[in-house]
Amino acid sequence: MNSLSRRKFLKISGATIATAAVLAGSAKTFVKASKKISERKGLEIIPTYCDLCFWKCGALAYIEDGKLWKVEGNPADPLSNGRLCPRGTGGVGAHYDPDRLKSPLIRKSLRGEEKWIDVTWDEAFDYIAEKMIKIKNEYGPESVALFSHGIGGSFLKHLIRAYGSPNETAPSFAQCRGPREVGFELTFGDVVGSPERTDIENTRCLTLIGSHLGENMHNTQVQEFSRAVERGASIIVVDPRFSVAASKAKYYLPIKPGTDLALLLAWMSIIVNEKLYDAEYISKYGTGFDLFVAEVSKYTPEWAYVETGIEPDLIRETAREMARYKPASLVHPGRHATWYGDDAQRSRAIALLNALLGSWGRKGGFYQTHSFSIPKYPYPPYPELKKESVHNPNNKYPFATGEQISTGIREATITGKPYPIKGWFVYGTNLMQALPNQNETVEAIQNLDLMVVVDVIPSEIAGWADVVLPESVYLERYDDLNTSPFKEAFVGIRQPVIEEPNDQKPNWWMAKKIAEKIGLGNYFPWKDVEEYLDTRLQAADLSLQELKTKGIIKAPQQPIYFEDGAEPEFLTPSGKIEFYSSQLAEAGFDPVPRYTKHPDPPPGYFRLIYGRAPVHTFSKTQSNPLLKDMMDENELWVNTDIAEKYGLNHGVYIKLKNQDGVVSNKIKVRVTERIRTDCVYMVHGFGQKSRQLRSTFNKGASDSELITKYTIDPLMGGTAMNVNFVTFEMEA
Amino acid sequence: MHEIFTTRNNPYVDPIMAMWEWQIPVYLFLGGMVAGMMIIAGYFLFSGRHKESNCACFSIPFTSLILLSLGMFALFLDLAHKPYVWRLYTTFQLKSPMSWGAWILILVYPALIANILIRPSQWMINRVPKLSEIAGKIQQHHILIRNIGILNMLFGLMLGAYTGVLLSTLGSRPLWNTSLLWVLFLVSGLSAAAAYVHLVAKNKAESELLAKADNGFLVVELFVFVMMFLGLLSSAKPHIEAANLLLNGAYAPIFWVFVIGMGIVIPLIIQLLAVNHKVKHTPIAPIMVIVGGLILRFVIVSAGQYSHWFNAHFH
Amino acid sequence: MARFGMVIDTKKCVGCQDCVIACKTENKVPEGHDRDWIVTESHGKFPDILMEIRTERCNHCSNTPCVSCCPTGASHIHDVGGVVLVNHDLCIGCKACVESCPYDARFIHPDGYADKCTFCIHRVEKGLKPACVEVCPTYCMHFGDLDDPNSEVSKLLQSRKYHVNLPEAGTQPNIFYLI
Ligand code: SF4
Ligand code: SF4
Ligand code: SF4
Repeated sequence: MNSLSRRKFLKISGATIATAAVLAGSAKTFVKASKKISERKGLEIIPTYCDLCFWKCGALAYIEDGKLWKVEGNPADPLSNGRLCPRGTGGVGAHYDPDRLKSPLIRKSLRGEEKWIDVTWDEAFDYIAEKMIKIKNEYGPESVALFSHGIGGSFLKHLIRAYGSPNETAPSFAQCRGPREVGFELTFGDVVGSPERTDIENTRCLTLIGSHLGENMHNTQVQEFSRAVERGASIIVVDPRFSVAASKAKYYLPIKPGTDLALLLAWMSIIVNEKLYDAEYISKYGTGFDLFVAEVSKYTPEWAYVETGIEPDLIRETAREMARYKPASLVHPGRHATWYGDDAQRSRAIALLNALLGSWGRKGGFYQTHSFSIPKYPYPPYPELKKESVHNPNNKYPFATGEQISTGIREATITGKPYPIKGWFVYGTNLMQALPNQNETVEAIQNLDLMVVVDVIPSEIAGWADVVLPESVYLERYDDLNTSPFKEAFVGIRQPVIEEPNDQKPNWWMAKKIAEKIGLGNYFPWKDVEEYLDTRLQAADLSLQELKTKGIIKAPQQPIYFEDGAEPEFLTPSGKIEFYSSQLAEAGFDPVPRYTKHPDPPPGYFRLIYGRAPVHTFSKTQSNPLLKDMMDENELWVNTDIAEKYGLNHGVYIKLKNQDGVVSNKIKVRVTERIRTDCVYMVHGFGQKSRQLRSTFNKGASDSELITKYTIDPLMGGTAMNVNFVTFEMEA
Repeated sequence: MHEIFTTRNNPYVDPIMAMWEWQIPVYLFLGGMVAGMMIIAGYFLFSGRHKESNCACFSIPFTSLILLSLGMFALFLDLAHKPYVWRLYTTFQLKSPMSWGAWILILVYPALIANILIRPSQWMINRVPKLSEIAGKIQQHHILIRNIGILNMLFGLMLGAYTGVLLSTLGSRPLWNTSLLWVLFLVSGLSAAAAYVHLVAKNKAESELLAKADNGFLVVELFVFVMMFLGLLSSAKPHIEAANLLLNGAYAPIFWVFVIGMGIVIPLIIQLLAVNHKVKHTPIAPIMVIVGGLILRFVIVSAGQYSHWFNAHFH
Repeated sequence: MARFGMVIDTKKCVGCQDCVIACKTENKVPEGHDRDWIVTESHGKFPDILMEIRTERCNHCSNTPCVSCCPTGASHIHDVGGVVLVNHDLCIGCKACVESCPYDARFIHPDGYADKCTFCIHRVEKGLKPACVEVCPTYCMHFGDLDDPNSEVSKLLQSRKYHVNLPEAGTQPNIFYLI
């Protein structure tokens, strides 16, 4: 490559890099592509997309003499702009993780004891097929459910639907961003979605309430956040902890946990009473504004001060600040929104605040997304469903639409109502840490006749399986196409850049093989995944070969702001932005959000709050050697005054006991001024109990273990988890 | 409150530098003691006492040779890239005390050997009879013997000073960053060497003389300590903190008890009483001095690595 | 002659360690060792806190105790950009340089030689930027020739306030932190 920069290099040889091996400084540039990757010589750069989280950034994998060397961002990718986040950069560690699952396993003793027999793939599939057929005969196909997270689950979803079950869920709804999507949909008729449609890059005022950007590394958002900082955008951060984002903020509001809705209502009342809202926008697109005004205008900052602990003047000043920059003023909707049980209403309040600022559909607010339209594979029609999903019987949670409530399926598995669930497929999600109250999860599992876990590592949930299927990591497999809705429509491909080190297999292969074993082979008519992808791509006039070479193909730009011609469309019953929601009123809920008080921790107890670290994704990356090297345990953030009062020294290990008497693993104390005195904080995902994950076993404490209590959001069934209180157990 | 967090976690660097473990203090101690021995032996030659038949000073060059080799072996053990050790002698790095040290050692060995050759022991002559012939030749040249004495004193001085300079040029460690460190190590080396002779000499007068000399060295050493701490304490904050590490910080117990108390003050009192015939000479005192000298090197190396500029930067 | 340096915007850095991981993969830094790292420094009493986040590494100083103390010449100043490097084949692993650096920027590689940031000289000489600069998702790092008044780094230093680490150590570091 001599002195050519990588970018130049990519431009020049863009068409050939992927399949051709490039030998630095050698005349022998091309190697037969058919040869096994691990046997090739020279430097080869293969595009794919990342799977360390669900953002799906476009990446370039570097293979040096047949060994995986590094992963960089694909400069052609609009999500990463050529730069991956720390987890993505550490993605190679997933391939090299010594704790990876290596071959299929069948349980040989009690569930959860993690005792296994190594079996062949055929034996594993026979076991699964036999149970699936039995369950279908005895209970009907609906009695098998799938829990999956990430795009890798798509072929298993297809399998489950072909098998005849409607029960297919992901914890990312009811345990994470569900309330947000529901709150926004009730207001604007559309969800925020993933990647979030936030135009942080162009905003002039960014309000973060329930988002710790910078510790949460969703790549595009962090890149845009940094640009906003550089442009001098006004930043308002609301957090009980002085987050990284708080250190970049103009205003930091150290809110008392559980009172965010009070602050939001007070902000809205100021904006309404001082007529700081975008009147033109509201009269054009809004409905029910007067009823809304009548409701919110009573929430004064003085009232909110009592609830939130934030000075009335600071509340006023920040309300005016965000209004000053409207409509390029963005109140970020956050992502993990299941906090206190009124989360959909709180999210709706955020939506309404944005509506007041006129930011939905506007530059510097929420842009309109576009996605590359690629026809689905022409499969035969799925069998007709005989029963509805068990996730939400009798429509108990009327606004749980679009996605299913995972804890609802767990509940049905425990109770057998409305009908029994006898089989679980779990793909790429560690339910032990994703779902609240681990005992209930175990109770449900004990009712199963079949429990299959597909994962790349022996996660905690894998320990409870009957059959564990070791999956290839993302660098070793194809997955479905990525056509995430974004500022510009694009399609991205995930393709193998290196072979599996052992007997791991891609999920598409597993789904197809299981289907064939249970007589559903006709639902997998393609020979292999390449044929599947090629068929889909050809239907969109693209070719697999081209996509494999470039990694990303973009569609022409389309307008994303109303002012540029994007079509305002609100899929609410009224077709407008619903300041007052008749739907909610009809279902017996507050049509305009109202404040509810949440219980405070009893004396001697602290609210347990949790969050993300930039170098890990939930509980799935702790054993990645590169990421483990960055952070191998979590710490308990304790305010300096509290630490002094309880005699806790920085760096000592203690345990936590929650209100239900559950005692955590030991965790290192981080004494800091950067948190309030009424809560403690830890990064989620640690304290893992899987003994096969040798490198992470019992490292740090698990917030999930302490989350035995949860409050259910009556609108959509989300499980609020910031309702647990802990006290210190010194004798660690 | 001021909080600093670093994600760095390098072995032997974080949280506290501990790159140099036991090998370097042992090397510095043996180097310093050998330096002291060379100066004493050199002085004996220079002042013409080589004729005194039972003088212990004639055994110490040989002892020095062994101790120095042990010290160098300790240094070798410390190297992380041992097969490359010869790289020391394919270059001379003007600014590097360690390079100077490597070459000084090359000078020290011939000087010690020359000293040995003046009066080889019977044991050596039995093995290499030619030695007595050589010794005889040397002894005919009085000036040569004086010059060997001068060379031994000179190289001893260089060696002793070097053991301190090695550390004090590493400006990143405030405790070491004092221009008196070489004096301290030199005097401490002299005192350990004197104590050794005091301990082993069969000749009463010689033993007495070295005990007196040692008392002098110990007093000077105390004085150097005072000066060194005054210097550090009147410097920048990191230097003050470094001095306090020894005076009242993490290293204070070991410093006061083993280095000052048992290494200097108590043996000094015993020896003062002994030379004034108040008490009998006891081997305990010189042994304490030697052990104190060794502990001094351990304390300085370890506390030095502990001391840091960051304390200043981060308050 | 060029003098390579970095200008790092602490206002933008979020301390995510991407630079650290990129360095580790690019340079095959052994597990458990860091050539670069993040320092988070905060002052004050909750909620009035001032915080600075920095990515740190060898400062490629203009006055180099680590080079002067080296007995073999292994630790040296490269003829391109004044980058401070270690020649693995000359290094005896005496650790003097590790001790001499006031920033504790060096460590001993498991293979026995002193190791540290190289400013990715192998990339820079090919016209690329150091791996950490190229990966940073906040674009907070800038690399270039400090002696060239028209370089991006020089211009940033002309237009913004900055500090260096431990100026009192007298090493004349070439990494500057914008504040
Ligand atoms: S945000 Fe990070 S982990 Fe997620 S897909 Fe992008 S690079 Fe990978
Ligand atoms: S930071 Fe340390 S290792 Fe780097 S040049 Fe400066 S003194 Fe040498
Ligand atoms: S460790 Fe190596 S590079 Fe460092 S001073 Fe010693 S020989 Fe030189």
